[in-house]
Amino acid sequence: MMARQNRLLSVSDLVVQHRRAGRRPVRAVAGVSLDLGAGEVLGLVGESGCGKSSLARAVCGLTAPTGGEILFDGRPMRPLGVRRRAPALTGVQMVFQDPYGSLNPRRRVSAQIADGIRAGAERGERGATKLTPGALLVRVGLPEDLADRYPQELSGGQRQRVAIARAVAARPRLLVGDEPISALDASAQAQVARMMRALAVESGAGLLFISHDLSVVRLIADRIAVMYLGRIVETGPTAEVWENPRHPYTRALLAAIPHPDGAGRLPVELPGDASDAAAPPSGCRFHPRCPLAFEGCDREEPQLAADGVACRLYSS
Amino acid sequence: MNLRLLKRLPPACRRPLTLIGSGVALLWLLAGLAAPLLAPHDPLAQSLPRLAGPGRGHWFGTDALGRDILSRVLYGARVSIPLSLTVVALSLFVGGVLGGFAGYFGRRVDEVIMRVADLVLAFPTVILALVIAAALGASLQNAVLAILLVAWPPFARVARGLVLGLRSQEYILSGRLLGFSAWRSLRVDVLPGVLGPLLVLTALDIGNATLLLSGLSFLGLGAKPPIAEWGSMVADGTLQFDSWWIGVFPGLAILTIVLAFNFLGDALRDALDPGTAKTIGTAKEHAA
Repeated sequence: MMARQNRLLSVSDLVVQHRRAGRRPVRAVAGVSLDLGAGEVLGLVGESGCGKSSLARAVCGLTAPTGGEILFDGRPMRPLGVRRRAPALTGVQMVFQDPYGSLNPRRRVSAQIADGIRAGAERGERGATKLTPGALLVRVGLPEDLADRYPQELSGGQRQRVAIARAVAARPRLLVGDEPISALDASAQAQVARMMRALAVESGAGLLFISHDLSVVRLIADRIAVMYLGRIVETGPTAEVWENPRHPYTRALLAAIPHPDGAGRLPVELPGDASDAAAPPSGCRFHPRCPLAFEGCDREEPQLAADGVACRLYSS
Repeated sequence: MNLRLLKRLPPACRRPLTLIGSGVALLWLLAGLAAPLLAPHDPLAQSLPRLAGPGRGHWFGTDALGRDILSRVLYGARVSIPLSLTVVALSLFVGGVLGGFAGYFGRRVDEVIMRVADLVLAFPTVILALVIAAALGASLQNAVLAILLVAWPPFARVARGLVLGLRSQEYILSGRLLGFSAWRSLRVDVLPGVLGPLLVLTALDIGNATLLLSGLSFLGLGAKPPIAEWGSMVADGTLQFDSWWIGVFPGLAILTIVLAFNFLGDALRDALDPGTAKTIGTAKEHAA
């Protein structure tokens, strides 16, 4: 592993808690460490409610972490406050899940992409000023003349491409996609995911791609991290995790993917729902649903080992 | 009016009440602008006969000092309309800015601004305006100031609520991630989204402001005596109860203008209401 300082993004022991009035705080991210290099694509997968989005928002500085550290390019990521974001930190850009909420309905597409270009130029990125909204639209696979339109004249897929164009216009060094494809038609999902990878890798940026859809993540990620109830339970190179999943949760996720092999097999579903993040189970967070749980899983919490899995099956 | 042009208006603006409202408001606006041309007499000139009933020479009669009521009503429009528009515009500005800040920045800013707004809202509007106007001394400027001080909180409330709803919108977060300053974010992403509803509130409030202003003048806390102001003219009328025309004509003026502004406000609200937005084609509106 490279020295942490050299990584583009380095998250260590991150804790994100959401306070709720009158109730116990929810620990959405409960001690997560991960890092990401330039030109690398990390796919973060897990069920909804497992803390993926909280992690993404913390990485972008949209929520202040309760504990732990986020280093972007060796510098701590400062949470967004009243002050305007320092130009250096506009090198982190996010593509949100909902393409209907992430574009201002009252401004033309060109103006919103131009905001991205300006952000890149203000950071002093070479060549940022040469970009035009039209050229960026072409790069995300849209016709140039969409620049004069308003978001509501576009389809969901087109909007998401516009949102990606705006993020890419800022010449980000780290692109974070928070479920960027889950609101899209099935036909567009793989296409948009591949495009995001290409755009990030081309410019040497890192891509943190968050999704609950392992089959799409597999297509684009160099590494996969599997998250369950606020913790990473398994991580490793994509092919390795895909071919040889070790954590029971990862296996369950993979088994839930339908295979169109003509055998007519239905995917195996994981019994039960994820536990309440406000009151996580003792010991291993997955043990109440784990088919392989054994003596002690309800007491000892396994840590993510150097081999990339947090499960007591492999610890002794 | 050209009928084809009428058909192109949104449905809410084609209703009879809206047309009546805009007609009456337009008439009063013209009357106020052209008062020196229209008024048969000097509104301040005293002449015999005093307390003359409506008839030839003095269509609306004369008051206790022998001043022509018609001329005074016309000149009154030059006081009431601009001042109520001013006071409402100021309330919109003050309330909108304070409420916008409260909603956008939240926490302590929000707490301080909204508690002050609650404090003002806790008092009955008219009574608080009376107290402030009385404390400041009787004059039109002070009446305007008093009304502004009691009228801004609803604007702040609405602006805050709208901004609060918008603040967590992802397009606003996207802007901040791109390095928008708070000011740019407010101007580019927030303001256009709150302006419509605030303008409706403004239009609906013009009638109120007119009423409050003439109310203060009626009680002697607004316009000083020689000035032709509708509220103080109605007050004169109460002193001369036999001469009904002194109070009735300025009273009718207040009634018609307030109704007209309220009709217009209703029309604007219906035109901008999301429920009816479909019929007027939001996409086209935004594109225009």
